[in-house]
Amino acid sequence: MTQANAHAYWRANLRLLAWILAIWFFVSFGCGIVLADFLNTWSLGGYPLGFWFAQQGSLYTFVVLIFFYAWRMNRLDRRFGLEETDREEDGSQGEGR
Amino acid sequence: MDLATTTYWVVGATFLLYIGIAFGSRARTTGEFYVAGGHVHPIANGLATAADWMSAASFLSMAGLIAFLGYGGSVFLMGWTGGYVLLACLLAPYLRKYGKYTVPEFIGDRYASKAARVVAVVCLILVSLTYVIGQMKGVGVAFSRFLEVSYEVGLGVGMVIVFFYAVFGGMKGITYTQIAQYCVLIFAYTVPAIFISLQLTDQFLPQVGLGSTLSGTETTVLQKLDQIVQELGFSKYSTQTKESTLNVFVYTLSLMLGTAGLPHVIVRFFTVPRVRDARTSAGWALLFIAILYTTAPAVAAMARLNLTETLQPGTIGAAEGSLRYEERPEWFKNWEATGLLRFEDKNGDGRIQYYNDQNPEFAERAAGFGWQGNEMVQLDQDIIVLANPEIAGLPNWVIALVAAGGLAAALSTAAGLLLAISSAISHDLIKGVFHPKIGEKGELRASRFAMGGSVIAAGLIGLNPPGLVAGTVALAFGLAASSIFPALTMGIFSKRVNRQGAIAGMLAGFGVTAFYVFQHKGVLFIKGTEFLGDLPPNWFFGLEPNAFGAVGAAVNFAVAFAVSAKTAPPSAEVQELVESIRVPKGAGPAAGH
Repeated sequence: MTQANAHAYWRANLRLLAWILAIWFFVSFGCGIVLADFLNTWSLGGYPLGFWFAQQGSLYTFVVLIFFYAWRMNRLDRRFGLEETDREEDGSQGEGR
Repeated sequence: MDLATTTYWVVGATFLLYIGIAFGSRARTTGEFYVAGGHVHPIANGLATAADWMSAASFLSMAGLIAFLGYGGSVFLMGWTGGYVLLACLLAPYLRKYGKYTVPEFIGDRYASKAARVVAVVCLILVSLTYVIGQMKGVGVAFSRFLEVSYEVGLGVGMVIVFFYAVFGGMKGITYTQIAQYCVLIFAYTVPAIFISLQLTDQFLPQVGLGSTLSGTETTVLQKLDQIVQELGFSKYSTQTKESTLNVFVYTLSLMLGTAGLPHVIVRFFTVPRVRDARTSAGWALLFIAILYTTAPAVAAMARLNLTETLQPGTIGAAEGSLRYEERPEWFKNWEATGLLRFEDKNGDGRIQYYNDQNPEFAERAAGFGWQGNEMVQLDQDIIVLANPEIAGLPNWVIALVAAGGLAAALSTAAGLLLAISSAISHDLIKGVFHPKIGEKGELRASRFAMGGSVIAAGLIGLNPPGLVAGTVALAFGLAASSIFPALTMGIFSKRVNRQGAIAGMLAGFGVTAFYVFQHKGVLFIKGTEFLGDLPPNWFFGLEPNAFGAVGAAVNFAVAFAVSAKTAPPSAEVQELVESIRVPKGAGPAAGH
């Protein structure tokens, strides 16, 4: 593994992170708070839409976001050859902690 | 079987389960004591994290807060879950890669400074201790209300149980009991919610029920609730805000940053085998938490509707529209006995008038009906969850389950907090600073002593809790947001922030937050020492004190970057440490040297 490879991996991670945090911010602070009054003119499943984002929708989105992030990061680890190997797992338990 | 006996059986059975698990999972090494040996499956860790996180406040108080705050209660729903997104992508995987036992240990190594480690220990202990007091109070209250024993006896029994599995089992014992406690608490929370949703809307899932129409009508639960509370002079449920939009915004952000910075939650992610497990485990944790957190708004709205319609069964203003005190339901009498509900017949008509007498316009109209003020002079928010099964007319075993669930929530969080405190003492202070030569056996013994001491200290404080428990818990979030969260994220995402910057940042963030809270709430919450009244006009940009953690965090970041820019960058070893925690592979760049 080279230094350049690690840097490319880190940049890819930061790009993914920017997307994740943008969605995180948009559903909660955007739809749930700042735009809530505006969105309340529509309704979803009987809920006013802004209220739904604040008390239901943003929570569901958070759960999906974390699993999506984990899936993409694990894929990124493999693409850059930086994933943990099973050999290391055994070694890392006993020593150095 | 009467209610008290049923409750004894249900609570007793759950306690036997916890003690049985404690016997089966004794910690034999410091690795098992601090991080359960690092072998916890990500789903198991998700379950344990959910129980660790959901405290007496989440279980007993949150739905009640939302019931009376309406839309404004979303602050807690989004704030206490959104932090997990930050935890999952900014902290957990990297701290897992770093692979040691405690949060202050990372801060000490990353900033190459024992002073930074000690500052982090102090922040951690202050945060965890203020938080644990609330849990102790929850244990005592749950016991005294459901089992008819005194608060002190209840607290004592709770302490003995925690002592058993926390001192002998450490993180290993705590992990497996927390998994059991999650099952108990989620069952206890969702069963009454499903019943009440079926009764009101014929919908099985409360999350669907909240948006559905009431059985046999065309009106939805929220429309009906909006209508009835407004008719009684309260704010419209689905839009009432908490002070201002800015306040809601900053409050939510503070709770999110605080959630991500709470040490007892972070250390849970040290127990999984691999970095990729830390990532998915955070997803599982939030999924299990969201089951309760998406149910809570339904419980809140439906219980508020039930409660309001019980007290105001008929036309508003008509004499027979209000409930006759003589005809009040059984649950009303039960909870009157505890002091959580109190009625005062102000106009002497023998009927209960429940309305918002702070609303001048409606108070004037009410005076026209011959009403002389709101007669529900005490209506504790905790009643929403505690009395919910009784209001819905559910069988005794469901009510007993709520008692067991409340205790599970309080005990699991208390144990997690106590572990964070005791490992900071034995690993960071005793081994890290004062007595580095201590061996494995000695450290294990020290950690058991620290745990025993923390349990006893928390119990003693719990016997005489400071009056404002809710205030101190909010302070815990503010402090975690403004001290620990920034120090950790900068440690991972910046190679430039150095020792001086980190220490100055933590002290500044912590100081600003504590100063703002104390100036409005009193120094150390002592009444009379506040130098600015706790009123909206005195608040900085109208931000309530509990919302201030995000401002403290911003100050922390700004000070840390400014001071670091004026001082020398961190050493080459520290930069290599940062590079190595950024990649999951064990042989990072640092290992090449």
